[in-house]
Amino acid sequence: MSNQPSTISHLKGRALPLRGHDIDTDRIMPARFLVAVSFEGLEQHLFEDDRKADPAHPFNDPRYAGATILVVNANFGCGSSREHAPQGLARAGYRALVGESFSEIFQGNAAMLGMPCFVASHDDVERLQTLIEQSPDVEIAADVATGAITAGPLRLTAVLPAALRDGFLSGQWNPTAMLLDRFDEVRAVAARLPYVSGF
Amino acid sequence: MPATLFQKVWDAHTVRTLPSGQTQLFVGLHLVHEVTSPQAFDMLRQHGWPVAFPNRTFATADHIVPTRSQKRPFLDVMAEEMMGSLERNCRSAGIQLWAPDDEQQGIVHVIGPELGLTQPGMTIACGDSHTSTHGALGAVAFGIGTSQVRDVLASQCLALDPLKVRRIEVTGKLSRGVFAKDVILTIIRRLGVNGGVGFAYEYGGDTLDAMTIDERMTVCNMSIEGGARVGYVNPDEKTFEFLRGRPFAPAEGDAFEHAVAWWRQMASDANAHYDDRVTVDATTIEPTVTWGINPGQSVAVSEPIAADPDDEALAFMGFKPGSRVQGTRIDVAFIGSCTNGRLSDLEEAARIVKGHHVASHVQALIVPGSRAISRAAEARGLHEVFMAAGFEWRGAGCSMCLGMNPDKLVGQQVSASSSNRNFKGRQGSPTGRTLLMSPAMVAAAAIAGEVVDVREMLDPVPA
Repeated sequence: MSNQPSTISHLKGRALPLRGHDIDTDRIMPARFLVAVSFEGLEQHLFEDDRKADPAHPFNDPRYAGATILVVNANFGCGSSREHAPQGLARAGYRALVGESFSEIFQGNAAMLGMPCFVASHDDVERLQTLIEQSPDVEIAADVATGAITAGPLRLTAVLPAALRDGFLSGQWNPTAMLLDRFDEVRAVAARLPYVSGF
Repeated sequence: MPATLFQKVWDAHTVRTLPSGQTQLFVGLHLVHEVTSPQAFDMLRQHGWPVAFPNRTFATADHIVPTRSQKRPFLDVMAEEMMGSLERNCRSAGIQLWAPDDEQQGIVHVIGPELGLTQPGMTIACGDSHTSTHGALGAVAFGIGTSQVRDVLASQCLALDPLKVRRIEVTGKLSRGVFAKDVILTIIRRLGVNGGVGFAYEYGGDTLDAMTIDERMTVCNMSIEGGARVGYVNPDEKTFEFLRGRPFAPAEGDAFEHAVAWWRQMASDANAHYDDRVTVDATTIEPTVTWGINPGQSVAVSEPIAADPDDEALAFMGFKPGSRVQGTRIDVAFIGSCTNGRLSDLEEAARIVKGHHVASHVQALIVPGSRAISRAAEARGLHEVFMAAGFEWRGAGCSMCLGMNPDKLVGQQVSASSSNRNFKGRQGSPTGRTLLMSPAMVAAAAIAGEVVDVREMLDPVPA
């Protein structure tokens, strides 16, 4: 992963529709693949158990090879905080997600990797998924600033949490440098806390 | 201005508003484990950043630790490499690590409170979603990802948006055979697995007041299963007494009294504003079991599964609309985890087990949440009760809560489990099936060989 944040304002690419609510991070990246000291190679294990159980799983479907946008339903990425899940997606080439809703931790983890999670209405997501299923080559374009998403004849508006949106647009989506920027203020807060300075 | 504990803690730990609009929040206690930290330490090294506050950072190993024998090197070469990596990272950064051969080792969310590291009014972060557990002592505790672990190591801060606060008022006395686990499963069923997104859950009411700190930990632990990243209970006299004398708690005397005064005033004010309020009648809660593939899919043990539209869950679990979980044959019984692996959980289970034997077709495991719990349970003879009944008495760790160590379901086995997640594949077999329930219910299922109503196994109440 690059450690030099750059601005993220427009995303464009083919998409993969993954239907289902409450898809948890254990399913995205089964725990046995977390027995490792790096994130390398995780992309090979995305949805590994779901893919084995269901030959028709969209991640097995060659029509969606090369997709860079993942279109999901409600509460995607719930459960474990494992960053291994969005890491696997990012390493597989995904650059953005569009969904009905996301777990807060997943959305935050994805943002740290420069991967916006756009939230759209149930009906819009369904329409988008259906369109992609019918025309897997359709190109999706997403505008971070406005939330406008276009796909063939479809026009829909999605939202990103304001701070994440502004972080993508300004290139400050990876906050470590900002957090270190005024470290004297961090020390001042620590010194004011009685459990740090001593009761 | 009256305020909630969440607001007070947030304000006390705010460093500044970042250019993005997020808050830079100081983290008072950073807990680290072997799974989500090695990549974070690597990122620090790449940038040449030191660990900013090593003395506010504590580490242990839990997820990958084998529970049959914790001898080093671990048989799993990769697990051993992870352990070695954690040891090297902690040594070079000057971070206190409790390794598997240390007396203090255990599940990170069990040892934090146990050692008195977890205290009211703190902000706590850990690369694990069950960090919400620490809220039981009145802390604001966040589960975070590895890039955020990097941020906290480097700066002792997180970039976050504030949460709304939902007050969940639970009132009334729990019936016999009904436990904290049943309360939180009921709350999640009612509010939904994503009902808490964007919220911190403040649990209160006389039911929570009456609960022990252990029970409050069970409730707060599963906040994340309801979508709430943070869950907490306001600190009270029980909290203070729980902390008194623990190794990392303020020293007895003036320091402790000063701490109590500060802790007390961090609690939510009586007339604080909440973004939402929910009330739950505890008197109607029954022993609860999950039937599906997320923790919101539960029923009272005697209640039929509704004609539910989630066909995927029914098909995976092998249930039909209208069928009951009661009577489901089990293969494995697991008592442990950060949800229900504490001493009081083992005591509750032992009460059910005593004088009975595990059904011949069931593999039953007791996995204490920490080595201190193992010692305390052994001092009370609980290990003998369990072993005499045919349970395996294991070493401390996350064990069968998740498939990251040798304790795993095999094939389509059905597990009665005191853990927190019934996701597909969660317990280590892609087709394994998990029924979540209280430790007492797991103990009863182990003996009966099938899911039963634990109330039928309780001694009659003396007249």
